[in-house]
Amino acid sequence: MRGGTHAKWAACAAAVALAATACGGGDSGGGSGSSDGGAVLSSSWGDPQNPLEPANTNEVQGGKVLDMIFRSLKKYNPETGKAEDMLAEKIDTTDSQNFTITVKDGWTFSNGEKVTAKSFVDAWNYGASLKNNQKNAYFFGYIDGYDKTHPEDGSKQTADTLSGLKVTGTNTFTVKLNQKFSTFPDTLGYPAYAPLPQAFFTDHAGWVKKPIGNGPYTIESYTKGSQMALKKWDGYKGPDKAQNGGVTLKVYTDNNTAYTDLMAGNLDLVDDVPAAQLKNVKSDLGDRYINTPAGIIQTLAFPFYDKNWNKPGMEKVRTGLSRAINRDQITQTIFQKTRTPATDWTSPVLGKEGGFKEGLCGDACDYDPAAAKKLIKEGGGLPGGQVKITYNADTGSHKEWVDAVCNSINNALGNDKACVGNPVGTFADFRSQITAKKMSGPFRAGWQMDYPLIQNFLQPLYYTNASSNDGKWTNKDFDKLVNEANAETDTAKAVEKFQQAEGVVRDNMAAIPLWYQNGSAGYSERLSNVKLNPFSVPVYNEIKVG
Amino acid sequence: MGRYVVRRLLQMIPVFIGSTLLIFLMVNVMGDPIAGLCGDKQCDAATSAQLKKEFGLDKPVWQQYLTYMGHVFTGDFGTAFNGQKVTELMATAFPVTIRLTIVAILFEIVIGITLGVITGLRRGRPVDTSVLLLTLVVISVPTFVTGLLLQLLLGVEWGWIKPSVSTDATFGELIVPGLVLASVSLAYVTRLTRTSIAENRRSDYVRTAVAKGLPRQRVIVRHLLRNSLIPVVTFIGTDIGALMGGAIVTERIFNIHGVGYQLYQGILRQNTQTVVGFVTVLVLVFLVANLLVDLLYAVLDPRIRYA
Repeated sequence: MRGGTHAKWAACAAAVALAATACGGGDSGGGSGSSDGGAVLSSSWGDPQNPLEPANTNEVQGGKVLDMIFRSLKKYNPETGKAEDMLAEKIDTTDSQNFTITVKDGWTFSNGEKVTAKSFVDAWNYGASLKNNQKNAYFFGYIDGYDKTHPEDGSKQTADTLSGLKVTGTNTFTVKLNQKFSTFPDTLGYPAYAPLPQAFFTDHAGWVKKPIGNGPYTIESYTKGSQMALKKWDGYKGPDKAQNGGVTLKVYTDNNTAYTDLMAGNLDLVDDVPAAQLKNVKSDLGDRYINTPAGIIQTLAFPFYDKNWNKPGMEKVRTGLSRAINRDQITQTIFQKTRTPATDWTSPVLGKEGGFKEGLCGDACDYDPAAAKKLIKEGGGLPGGQVKITYNADTGSHKEWVDAVCNSINNALGNDKACVGNPVGTFADFRSQITAKKMSGPFRAGWQMDYPLIQNFLQPLYYTNASSNDGKWTNKDFDKLVNEANAETDTAKAVEKFQQAEGVVRDNMAAIPLWYQNGSAGYSERLSNVKLNPFSVPVYNEIKVG
Repeated sequence: MGRYVVRRLLQMIPVFIGSTLLIFLMVNVMGDPIAGLCGDKQCDAATSAQLKKEFGLDKPVWQQYLTYMGHVFTGDFGTAFNGQKVTELMATAFPVTIRLTIVAILFEIVIGITLGVITGLRRGRPVDTSVLLLTLVVISVPTFVTGLLLQLLLGVEWGWIKPSVSTDATFGELIVPGLVLASVSLAYVTRLTRTSIAENRRSDYVRTAVAKGLPRQRVIVRHLLRNSLIPVVTFIGTDIGALMGGAIVTERIFNIHGVGYQLYQGILRQNTQTVVGFVTVLVLVFLVANLLVDLLYAVLDPRIRYA
C-alpha cells in the first residue's frame, strides 16, 4: 500500500511537470463536443469484423448497425423478447413444414425501391449460396435445398437458389423446410433474414461501402474503422420511428477510453462498461447506468471426444465440479452483479412462457463443497488428478473469473492443485484449438442467443454434431426430445419437451452452467428512455435526446 | 558517397526479407485465423474452407509467403478480413501516425535539446539537478500511466482537451498524445545532449573559439552544439521507427486510429495480411531513417566522410 502511494506521488509530479510544458505549447482547447442539430446522439462502437452484409454479420457491433437500418418479417420486442410481426402480414402453416408468408404492402427501402416477396427470397438465396462466403449461411439450413446451394463437404454447389423458396405473388412467397420446425416463424427476426434491395446485387461494392436498408435510420456517412453517422429516415413507415435525429457511432479500441469520454461529456452512450469501472459506475453515473439481463449464458463445456471425460461415472465428476463453484460469490465480487448465477441452461430473457425455468438445474448448481468432494470421489476422481480450464485471455476479463472458479474448486476439494487456468493468447487461436478438438479438460463456452427461443439455447449446443456443439456431446434421448419438440405445433407443449431435453443435459451435466450475463450501459444527461434489448444492444430508435 | 548509399541500400534487402519472413511465420504460428471469424460459434466447414481458399490459407506457409511477397512488389498488400484493401487501411492509418510522430519528434527536438543545452551549460546548478530529477521520474513512469493520468486530468477533471482524438486527428488534437508518446525519449534526449555538451565544452576547439573572441551565442550554436548533436541525432533517427511502431499504447489510450490501432486489431484477429503489411512498411521506415541518420553525420561533422 505504501509503495502504491509513493508511485502515485511520483506520477503526479511527472504529470504536473508535463502538463506545465503542455500549456506552453498551446492547447487544442476542445471543450465538450455537443453535436450540432441537438437531436443527434453519439455512441460507442467497435469495428465490425466482417463486411456489413446481413447474412455475414454475426457479432454485436455489426449487428447494432443492421438493427438500425433493417427491419425483417418479425421484430423482437425490446422488452419481452417476443417475436412480433413487422413486415409480415401473416405467416401460415398447417404442418409446421410448409409456410406461406405474406409481406405487408407499402414498405420501401430508403432508396425508394419497394420491399416485396422477391426482396426476401433473393436475399435468402444470396445468404445460403456457398460462393458468397456468408458466415450466417447455416441459418438457412432448415430450408429445403440448402444441401445443394451449400454442400457440407465444400464441394461445388449444384444450385444457386434454394428449391424450398418460391415467389408466388408480389407480396407472397412460400417456404418449404427440410424438417418440421414449428417455431421457424419466430426465428425470422434475426438480421440474417432481412430483405435486400436490388442495389445490393447490382452494385455490391457500392452497397457495402454505404449499405441501404428499410429500417428507421439511413447511413449518412461511413468511414470504415472509425465512425458511422446514421440519420433518422423521414420516409420510414414502420411503427417504431426514430425518436432522435440520428446516431453517430464512434469506434473505440478500448472501452476504458469510451467511458472516459462519457465522463468528459464527449460521448453520449457507452454500451459496454469496462469491468474495471464497475465499482465506481454507480457514483459516476447514478441512475444513468443500466444493467439488464441479456440472452447470454456462460458455461464450461467438456471435451467428450476425450475418453477420460466420457467414461461412465464422469457425469458425477462433472456434477461435483459444478457443485464446487461458488457462483454467488464470484458474480458478486468479480462481476459486481452484472452476472446472475445460472440455475438452468437458457436465459431469463426468454421468460417463463418462453422456456426459462429457474432452478431446473436443482442441487447440481448449488454450492456445496462437501457434496462436491463426495461426488468427485464417487465418480473416480479428476482425470489425471487435475482439471485445466482453457480460456482466451485477450478479452472479457476471463482470466479473473477462471482463476476464481479454480480457487473455489480448490478450496472445496482441499487441494491447491485440483484446478488451474490454461490461458490461450488470442480468441482466434482459442477457437481453432477447439475446432481441432485439442481440449483436454473443461473450457470456456459462451453462448449469445440468435433469437429468443429455448430451441436456440439447446439444439445448436447439445444436439449431436450441431454447429456449436464444441464438446461433441451426444445423447440419443436428448436428440429424440428435441426432434419431438420441433415437430410440436403447440408452443407450450414444444417448450415443455425442450425442458425435458434440458433435464437430460442436467442429468449428464453436459456443460456446467455458470451465470447469465447482463448487458450494461451508461449514458449522458442529455439522453432519456435508454434501454437495452435482450441482445444487449441499445434500443436506439427509442432514445430521446435533450 | 554514392557508392556508400548503394551499398547500404543493398544491405537493406536481406534485412527486409528476414524481418518480413519472421513476422509472417510468427503470425502463422498463432493458428487458424478463420476460426475466430465466427464468434463463439464454429464456422461451418464449407464456408471456412471457401474462405481459406480465398485468402490463400490452404497452401503451405512457404508458398503463402512467396505469393505474398510477389504481390507486395506489385504494390498489392492483400485484403483484410473485413473486406478492405490493406493499402486502403494504410492510406488512412499512416497519415495519422505520421502526424503523431511529427508532434512527438518536435517535442523531443525543441524541449529535449533546449533542456539539454541549458543543463549542460549549467552543470551542478539547481536547474541541472531539478531537470535531471525530472527526467528520471519521466523515464521511470510507464507511458500508459502518464497517458491515462494526463487524459483524466486534462480531459475529465479540468476539461482542457477532449479525452479522445476525433477521426480527423488534427495536429491540435495530437499535442497531448504526442507529448505522452515523446515523454520517455524526450528525457533521454535531454540527458544525451546534456552529457555531450558538458563533455565538449572543455574541448580544444571550444576554447579556441572563445579565445578568438567569438560571441557566446555563436560559440554555443555553431561550434559546441553542432558537434554535440551527433549522438542525439542517432537517437532521434532510430526513435522515428520506434515511435511509429510503439504508438500502440498511446493510440489505444487516446483512441487514435493510426498504425498502432490497425496493428493491434490485426493481431487480435490474426489477420496476417494487415500485420505483415504494416510491419513491412515500418521496417522500411526504420531502415530509411537509419540511412538518413548516417548521412546526416557527414553534414554535422565534416571529418566524417563516406567512401
